[in-house]
Amino acid sequence: MQVIDGSASSIKSFLKTLSPVDQVGAESRAAMLATRSIKTSSKSWAIDMAISMIDLTTLEGADTAGKVKAICNKAVRPDPSDPTVPHVGAICVYNDMVKIARTHLDAAGGKDIPVAAVSTAFPSGRASLEVKRVDTEDAIANGAAEIDMVIDRGAFLSGDLEKVYSEIKYIKSLCEGRAHLKVILETGELVTLDNVRKASFLAMAAGADFIKTSTGKVTPAATAPVVLVMLEAVRDWYAMTGVKIGVKPAGGIRTTKDAIKQLVLVNETAGPEWLTPELFRIGASALLNDLLMQRMKLRDGHYAGPNYVTLD
Amino acid sequence: MTFEYAPALEATSVVKIKSEYGLFINGKFVPAKGGKSFPTINPATEETLSKIAFASASDVDKAVAAARAAYSKVWSKMPAAERGKYLFRIARILQERAREFAVLETLNNGKPIRETRDIDIPLAASHFFYHAGWADKLDHAGMGSSPKPHGVVGQVIPWNFPLLMLSWKIAPALATGNTVVLKPAETTPLTALLFAEVCQQAGLPAGVVNIVTGDGSTGSAIVNHPGIDKIAFTGSTAVGKGIARAIAGTKKSATLELGGKGANIIYEDAAIDETVEGIISGIFFNQGHVCCAGSRLLVQENIQDELLEKLKRRISMIRVGNPLDKNTDLGAINSAAQLAKIRELADSGDTEGAERWSPQCDLPSKGFWYPPTIFTGVTQAHRIAQEEIFGPVLSVLTFRTPQEAIEKANNTPFGLSAGIWTDKGSRILWTAKHLKAGVIWANTFNKFDPASPFGGYKESGWGREGGRHGLAAYLKGDH
Repeated sequence: MQVIDGSASSIKSFLKTLSPVDQVGAESRAAMLATRSIKTSSKSWAIDMAISMIDLTTLEGADTAGKVKAICNKAVRPDPSDPTVPHVGAICVYNDMVKIARTHLDAAGGKDIPVAAVSTAFPSGRASLEVKRVDTEDAIANGAAEIDMVIDRGAFLSGDLEKVYSEIKYIKSLCEGRAHLKVILETGELVTLDNVRKASFLAMAAGADFIKTSTGKVTPAATAPVVLVMLEAVRDWYAMTGVKIGVKPAGGIRTTKDAIKQLVLVNETAGPEWLTPELFRIGASALLNDLLMQRMKLRDGHYAGPNYVTLD
Repeated sequence: MTFEYAPALEATSVVKIKSEYGLFINGKFVPAKGGKSFPTINPATEETLSKIAFASASDVDKAVAAARAAYSKVWSKMPAAERGKYLFRIARILQERAREFAVLETLNNGKPIRETRDIDIPLAASHFFYHAGWADKLDHAGMGSSPKPHGVVGQVIPWNFPLLMLSWKIAPALATGNTVVLKPAETTPLTALLFAEVCQQAGLPAGVVNIVTGDGSTGSAIVNHPGIDKIAFTGSTAVGKGIARAIAGTKKSATLELGGKGANIIYEDAAIDETVEGIISGIFFNQGHVCCAGSRLLVQENIQDELLEKLKRRISMIRVGNPLDKNTDLGAINSAAQLAKIRELADSGDTEGAERWSPQCDLPSKGFWYPPTIFTGVTQAHRIAQEEIFGPVLSVLTFRTPQEAIEKANNTPFGLSAGIWTDKGSRILWTAKHLKAGVIWANTFNKFDPASPFGGYKESGWGREGGRHGLAAYLKGDH
């Protein structure tokens, strides 16, 4: 469905049709959903689902080929002692690590695990469109099947929505047919839930396959009210267009409890049909080991120490 | 496979229910005269929980005499700061024993443990904390330099928020120096009797709080007792009118908190997802057993379709079932009688031509249950737009202009609560100014605080409870 023709006025009038978000109400809904008590068989199901949704991430200046290879192994076999553990959803790395990750995943038996590259001058996005183009093209050429781009928050906050929209649309055109596009809103810099809702719709209208909360470099990141508002946005977009867009919270989700709260939000907001790695991902690094420890606890009836799960 | 939430039952071992309970008179549990009793049940299973003493007029007599003696010999002579200490102590014990109270309330009332745990019990404790602070500051409450208590207060409370209504009544009465004879509702006496144990635990002087259990005849004996100085009642408008008649021409004063048919007004520019949550909380909180429920939805006609679609989707997600399950949103109807009343009124909606909608939901075979229900196409002339249903049944009406919204909202014999949903601040103020309702929420619903006065206009009652206004009802000014 063509809702925007790209002109500033069409973007403005489209975003004006959106309902506002009441922050107090959204926070209280998110807080209520956080009280859901997920036990026994449902906890075990949720842990495996969460593992399969993880975009296992390393985005550090100190990243090396060795580090990236290590997380690739972890992605394929999160728990070497238990082959029933599913593999993760994807590996998420910086541009220059894409090839290393792809090659190593293939070698380690992880052919079906995609590599996601953070792109468009991640995390700030402060670069020319040409630099962003090269960044994206390069990642795809090296085997990235998913591009995690950042929006221009400066343009968004200054009201230049046309720039935000056209940039997403341009990067989408580079990805078309070759890679999935995740659009990072960096909600910690957009601050208000009204902005989160607007940016979500802007990204979806411009062609995002996923909308993602954060880079992980800014706090707050994937707070429950933000994820709630984004899940409402994809649900409404589906009602409007018949197209299902994915959601990826990233940043600050470290424990099994956090991850299960995310799945509850999905289940009771966008609905159970979003509970698949095709439509929901969790950007995380430390989370995976906590999920594995909780999984062992459910299986064995007692907690194992951190040395019973592999570091990476 | 989908994400099914496995049962997450709150443990009941935390509470010990005795096989029978006496009346709490003069600090002790005593049998009723003649040993008369009645069973109390769990409405979610219909299982009998305990046997409760049935107080006759002569038992009420004893309770009033104990309250009078405690008033004149102990409570009215005690320094106000000392009175406050007892209230603080009770508040802390309620917090310490919160889980026990929450489970017991859920067992006896049928409401979900999530609500008793997160709302009823914490709010009950907060009412004691709030009023504890007032006890030694009454000279500065704006009711004269030295306002005086009435003496012995008779209090009759409903079954919808058993412990919370008890705290709304007892906390201000004690803080202001009155002593109390309280009757809990016939179907929900257990948390009041556990509260009696808390009074013992707190070392509250004997006779300051007396709790007599029974039915309407017990309540009537309290209301008509010549030794009672003031009545505080929460319950139906019909009973409230009877009380007003009974005390006419006597020295007794009364606060009456009665029924309601709250209008929840949705303007076209409202934040729609949060509005849907507010509508849900307005009518399905506590199974709709809420006097201030937003039971009449007044939606601006141009957004009706979009709103109803979202509302229906959201209602479909309500988890109905075992109230002890931590994930249950809608519990059991409190009694067979209430269920019959809900059915009768909802059926009138069908026969009068409104359109009924309920989600697909499996109700337990035992106990008293009613599915979340909405009626669309309701007009002012329908009974379900006028009468209080006191159940999970929402009547949806439409309006075209703000003026029409006000006219419809006020076109009721009640005037307890209302809600306003709009993104525009000036419209909130304009609407609130024109609504005739005691409590008006803007962009939220069913929020309570001990500092905020609560009460109604018209047939919704007399007086206010909570805040400084609530204190006034328990004091005689010297001006």
